[in-house]
Amino acid sequence: MALPSGGFLRNNRAVFSAATPFLKNARLGLAAGLGVAVILQSCSGFIDPYTTQVILFAAINVILAVSLNLVMGETGQFSLCHAAFMAVGAYSSALLTGKALPALFPHLSWTGTSLASQLTFLPVLVIGGAMAALVGLIVGGPSLRLRGDYLAMVTLGFGEIIRVLLQNANVVGGARGMEGILPATNLFWAIGSAVLTLYTMIALVRSTYGRGFQAVRDDEIAAAAMGIDTTRVKVTAFVIGAFFAGVAGGLYAHAVEFISPEGFNFLRSFEIIVMVILGGLGRPVGVAIAAILITLLNEWLRDLSEYRMVVYALIIILFMIFRPTESILPFLRRIAPWGKKPPSA
Amino acid sequence: MTTQENALLEARNCSLRFGGIAALTDVSLRIAPGELVGLIGPNGAGKTSLFNILTGVYRPTEGEILFEGRSVAGIPPHRINRLGMARTFQNIRLFDSLNVRMNVRTSFIARLRHGLLETIQRGHSFRSEEEEIREEGKRLLAYFGLQEVEAYSSRSLPYGDQRRLEIVRALATKPLLLLLDEPAAGMNPTEKEELKRLIAQIRSEFGTAILLVEHDMKVVMGICERLVVLDRGCLLATGTPAEVRADPKVIAAYLGTSAENQEAA
Repeated sequence: MALPSGGFLRNNRAVFSAATPFLKNARLGLAAGLGVAVILQSCSGFIDPYTTQVILFAAINVILAVSLNLVMGETGQFSLCHAAFMAVGAYSSALLTGKALPALFPHLSWTGTSLASQLTFLPVLVIGGAMAALVGLIVGGPSLRLRGDYLAMVTLGFGEIIRVLLQNANVVGGARGMEGILPATNLFWAIGSAVLTLYTMIALVRSTYGRGFQAVRDDEIAAAAMGIDTTRVKVTAFVIGAFFAGVAGGLYAHAVEFISPEGFNFLRSFEIIVMVILGGLGRPVGVAIAAILITLLNEWLRDLSEYRMVVYALIIILFMIFRPTESILPFLRRIAPWGKKPPSA
Repeated sequence: MTTQENALLEARNCSLRFGGIAALTDVSLRIAPGELVGLIGPNGAGKTSLFNILTGVYRPTEGEILFEGRSVAGIPPHRINRLGMARTFQNIRLFDSLNVRMNVRTSFIARLRHGLLETIQRGHSFRSEEEEIREEGKRLLAYFGLQEVEAYSSRSLPYGDQRRLEIVRALATKPLLLLLDEPAAGMNPTEKEELKRLIAQIRSEFGTAILLVEHDMKVVMGICERLVVLDRGCLLATGTPAEVRADPKVIAAYLGTSAENQEAA
């Protein structure tokens, strides 16, 4: 019986060998990723601020896209409020570092690079994620009984509710937004979180437990007949997705130092959806690559910012016409001159 | 034949109405542990409706359903399965993006002992349980002759094998009662023979009680111990295949003259 070896970068759908080879490869990937994060951070002095910011955005987008992939790609639930979860994480972590922590420990120095802010940044991010997860639970519990279009409507509405609430909350600056957030996010935190997110998502899906998400996506009725509590599976995916979106929000807030409700509107959610679709639903690695590509595209298209969405739409349309079922991975492999041509081509 | 004490599943005076339309009227049914019961009836007789109230898809408008003496009417399908009733579907419902092995493995999800965090960190209990599940899935596939295709996508299997896989997947949830919804639909004669063998195999090896909804008279008459005949939502007759075949009401409602033809064949 020739099982394909569980390569970390393989298509995760078809390949599932024993837990041990996965463990070895995944831990290797995890260690390598964290190593890259540490190395990049230690030579951050040599990287110019613009490039640094692009890398930070890319890492944050990877977290957002890979976490949305769990909800949309693996579990098949169309969610239009990922940016709202990001907002919850961004605002709650910014409140922590900007107000709560300095008030609790006034004798410590609170700047972006100070020891105090760096040491507390991990719990801050986790709390931001937990807040988003909590909101995800509150929204997901009742709304995930709905399917398809109806769920999309509810999540769209919820995203708007969060944005309007933030716009009218004076404690977080209302429509003016919050400024002067500590620039605590650095290459280590951003890349490290992105790598951890990717690892978590792949580890989660490549297990008997994780097949439940895909079973629900493929056929909810059959999944229920197998004893799977489909609502619970969907809420779980939603809450985990929201948690990582919240972490991404925290990283984002502490990278750009300024957040406003408008930054987390429907278009932001849509941008994340584009990454997931472009990367291939249910393919975390493809989604991560798409997130990086879209980030770079964003930078290239900066001059024609109003037409950015037009270009996005065009890319999606062209992609759907020419590669309706594939992910970006085989596509890249095929257009790359050194790449292996898949047998179907 | 079956007494009060040893009924595994019992439906008492169940009715199901959708607005003014009565899908089922006052239907009672009982299945003893390990028994193989066939449920037949012409199109629109309410076979699938009865199936659906037994498996929790619908709640009966009236009546009671007892499984192992416990009332289960209106309990959601996933809890019905956890109580020990597994089903297959008239139109095959496999998980298309999962391969054969994974399809069977989904049956173990509801009974996992390790949690989410354990899965993510690949802890000890995760690895040992995952190994257990792998072995058991392999054993089941080997027992039912599907081990050679275990890495294939479920979509790529021939029709008969897809049916078989669906039955194996249901069986992997370790049910006391297996409900098969028209398993012979669309099968050719060879596949039907295989299906009969498969059902006999399940009973001898696992001792599972089976409720079989079927159109195909040959399959039903050949293997069932007892038949329940529905017509227009009402219980028409119950009894052994021979009794049912001789029942003039059944012949009038369902078998018609083709009963003799089938006997002759």
